[in-house]
Amino acid sequence: MNDTEKIVPELTKRKRRGPFMEVLYRLAKSPLAMFGLAIIALLVFCAIFAEVIAPYSPIKQDLMHMFETPSAEHWLGTDEFGRDILSRLIYGARVSLQVGFIAVGIALVTGGMLGAVSGYYSGWLDNSIMRVMDVLLSIPQTLLAIAIVAALGPSLMNLMIAVGISAVPTYARIVRGSVLSIRSMEFIEAARAVGSSDLRIILKHILPNSMAPIIVQSTLGVASAILNAAGLSFIGLGIQPPNPEWGAMLSGGRQYIRDYPHMTLYPGLAIMLTILALNFLGDGLRDALDPKLKR
Amino acid sequence: MDNNKPYIKVENLKKYFSTKRGLLHAVDDVSFEIKRGETLGLVGESGCGKSTLGRCLIRLLDSTSGKVLLQNPEGEGYTDVTKVSAREMKELRKRVQIVFQDPYSCLNPRLSVWELIAEPLIVNSIYDDKAAMRKRIRELMDTVGLAERLENSYPHELDGGRRQRIGIARSLALNPEFIVLDEPVSALDVCIQAQVLNLLNSLQKEFNYTYVFISHNLSVVRHVSDRIAVMYLGQIVELSEYKELFANPLHPYTQALLSAIPVAKLDVQRERIILEGDVPSPIEPPDACRFAGRCRYAQEVCHHGTPPLTEFAPGHFVACHFAGKLD
Amino acid sequence: MADNNLMLDIRDLTIHYETDSGVVHAVEGLNLQLGRGESLGFVGETGAGKTTTALGIMRLIPNPPGKIKSGQILFDGEDLLKKSEAEMRRIRGAKIAMIFQDPMTSLNPVMTVDKQIAEMIRLHRNVSEHEALKQAGDMLELVGIRRERMHDYPHQFSGGMKQRVVIAIALACDPELLIADEPTTALDVTIQAQVLELMKKLKQQFSASMILITHDLGIVADICDKVAIMYAGRVVEYGDKRSLYANPLHPYTIGLFRSVPDIDEDVDELPVIPGLMPDPMDLPTGCAFHPRCSMAEECCSRERPEMKELEPGHFVACPVRARMLGQA
Repeated sequence: MNDTEKIVPELTKRKRRGPFMEVLYRLAKSPLAMFGLAIIALLVFCAIFAEVIAPYSPIKQDLMHMFETPSAEHWLGTDEFGRDILSRLIYGARVSLQVGFIAVGIALVTGGMLGAVSGYYSGWLDNSIMRVMDVLLSIPQTLLAIAIVAALGPSLMNLMIAVGISAVPTYARIVRGSVLSIRSMEFIEAARAVGSSDLRIILKHILPNSMAPIIVQSTLGVASAILNAAGLSFIGLGIQPPNPEWGAMLSGGRQYIRDYPHMTLYPGLAIMLTILALNFLGDGLRDALDPKLKR
Repeated sequence: MDNNKPYIKVENLKKYFSTKRGLLHAVDDVSFEIKRGETLGLVGESGCGKSTLGRCLIRLLDSTSGKVLLQNPEGEGYTDVTKVSAREMKELRKRVQIVFQDPYSCLNPRLSVWELIAEPLIVNSIYDDKAAMRKRIRELMDTVGLAERLENSYPHELDGGRRQRIGIARSLALNPEFIVLDEPVSALDVCIQAQVLNLLNSLQKEFNYTYVFISHNLSVVRHVSDRIAVMYLGQIVELSEYKELFANPLHPYTQALLSAIPVAKLDVQRERIILEGDVPSPIEPPDACRFAGRCRYAQEVCHHGTPPLTEFAPGHFVACHFAGKLD
Repeated sequence: MADNNLMLDIRDLTIHYETDSGVVHAVEGLNLQLGRGESLGFVGETGAGKTTTALGIMRLIPNPPGKIKSGQILFDGEDLLKKSEAEMRRIRGAKIAMIFQDPMTSLNPVMTVDKQIAEMIRLHRNVSEHEALKQAGDMLELVGIRRERMHDYPHQFSGGMKQRVVIAIALACDPELLIADEPTTALDVTIQAQVLELMKKLKQQFSASMILITHDLGIVADICDKVAIMYAGRVVEYGDKRSLYANPLHPYTIGLFRSVPDIDEDVDELPVIPGLMPDPMDLPTGCAFHPRCSMAEECCSRERPEMKELEPGHFVACPVRARMLGQA
């Protein structure tokens, strides 16, 4: 029976890499994903080394230089209190990235678990989880977040929790949907036939195969979490002034947008660039995680 | 081991599914026995319950009632597969295995050949030692005829025959005694089909596996089986040694089924018995011969009560009031 | 064969799919002829190019990535490859009709079956809606579906009944050529027998030519006159059914016949053709079958074999066999 293999030599042996290296290797083949990764890395670098990089203090007011347009001293100009916008953006990256990633992390883990359990077991458990999610979903996300922060009190941590929880139903729905479609595939039954436990089936077989929509939703989710947090900061429930935060900067500059558009332009650009980079990275990751699309 | 005792005894096995329109009788009161090392062919058309029956035998599905008695390893006494606890079932999984029909959907697309074959060994914690596990996986790949260089390939890169070999390697990994083969070659081209059938055959000779071979392809079933059970709407209508069944079919449904096989020869086409209509619904069937509505011999008695599966000739069972009296 | 009796003449047809990872040689220099009223069984394994050839005749190759690179498809003496899209639309359904493998997906689920048949009739014939529906009812009766059921939706029919409806649609405009692509593969054996019986009956009644694409040599034995065996994009053996079944000559055909389990004889081990179908992106040189062929000689890897008439009306593309039979 081994003649089969002797006669068809076209499939050469593939190198063996760890699963992580394999994904990284495939990711490296996509220029857009690498661009996204570079931007994210740059932002993270700025956030960590803000003290070293930022030319000015982000909160020091300089009333002699209010509303200055970009110049050699202030590359991106100054705001209504004369604070350097570039420095505020660099420091703001800390808060915004933290809020974005951690809030999505909270939503993803909680929503993902709920959705996976609900999709896998179905029946009454599924029904009760999803009805609770429906109730949460019927409340506007921002309103829900406001209620949670109002109850917990304003702080960075509570802000992240609030934004995270308000996004849970979305993830639960998406994960449940893809779990339902994967669950009916024959390889799940095949895994059960060799004695795999439910936990292993969910973690090893169902979740990896339902990754694609989750990754796309997460990268978009980081963006909306940043904006959501900005909204909360704006009404005084998030980051307290004068601490810099992109969303707060955006809304702070809003009333001067006609005369000094640079105040909103740069925070806006920063948010846009982050989201764009995350989307590129997300698309690349989705493809890199799918062995069918490689080679 | 006592060879005269059956290895598996199925007694009055039933599997009903509840649907919106009522109970679907997928498997309806089925009893038979299988000897150790034997291949029982299970044929029937789609929806006759043959796959459901196969899954109940190894408890991939819980039965509604009845027993599936599996001989204990020492040959003493039987274990009822339908009644064991979840923990006992995990142990039992090592002895009963299944090969699935569709080699395209029964393998997780994200796992490599190596990971797929390793899975049964890992989940059952067979090896502590990585080197021993590696040796076992290489051995399994060699047994089913997969070259070592394919170990890091993914299922979608391979053809149907090779994928089915992966499925077979997975089911062999735990050294089972009993394997349900659920249409293992239906999705394959004839040349590849022949290769896989030969493989299954040589494995059985080497390891003395007991097979239940489910298929709708009668020529294939005849080739692999020692005995054949014909199913119609959840029930076994005829069960016999394979040559006897083909030479002397007693049930009118078996006769029609055999006459409908397209034969790749000239001038041998037997006279076709064309059945009228379609298979009736398996939801809440009446207590009557399931085939009566399409049977050209049906009499009044056929519409009252289900004819029992009785031994018409030694080893030849049939469920028809008029067996041997037709024509 | 007299020229006016020749309905379909495919000459040197080559169809490629140009994908990102390479060129798939689906059909490579295929030659095939079909006379009026004949039915041809087109046999081969998955990926041999059977369906691509059929879609090529219908000019329905998805483009991109598919492309008809060269060749001629002469239908009633006219080259279909030179026709405009509008002319092709008039031919499809009216002169050449096709039955697809899966009856479940080839019917529109939100349209009653009589309307679907009537639509086909009205596309090609100038008749009133009323008249078309009446003809649709006739067609359904012809394929064994009671007239009362003509206003039903496809999901109300079983698989075998749906395939009957598909056949009724295909025959509605009385085509000259019917291409049936694995028409019974999705059906159960007893239902398959019903449908084959129906096709046999209709074949006589309509006197249309038919190309039956299948992988089942048994079905061909049952209803075809001629057989073409296809391997890796080319026809390797072609001939009258009697001659080919009684005496298959190409090594691939012989292997194919042997690997089907016989229902009358016992064999311990099925004789198999070693190896796999070649990758259509990277076909072997010379005869595509030579790496798997037990009779292959040195020349087989160099030269592409020509079709030779080794018995009257029985063509084989294998120089080794030709020499053995003294016809080289």
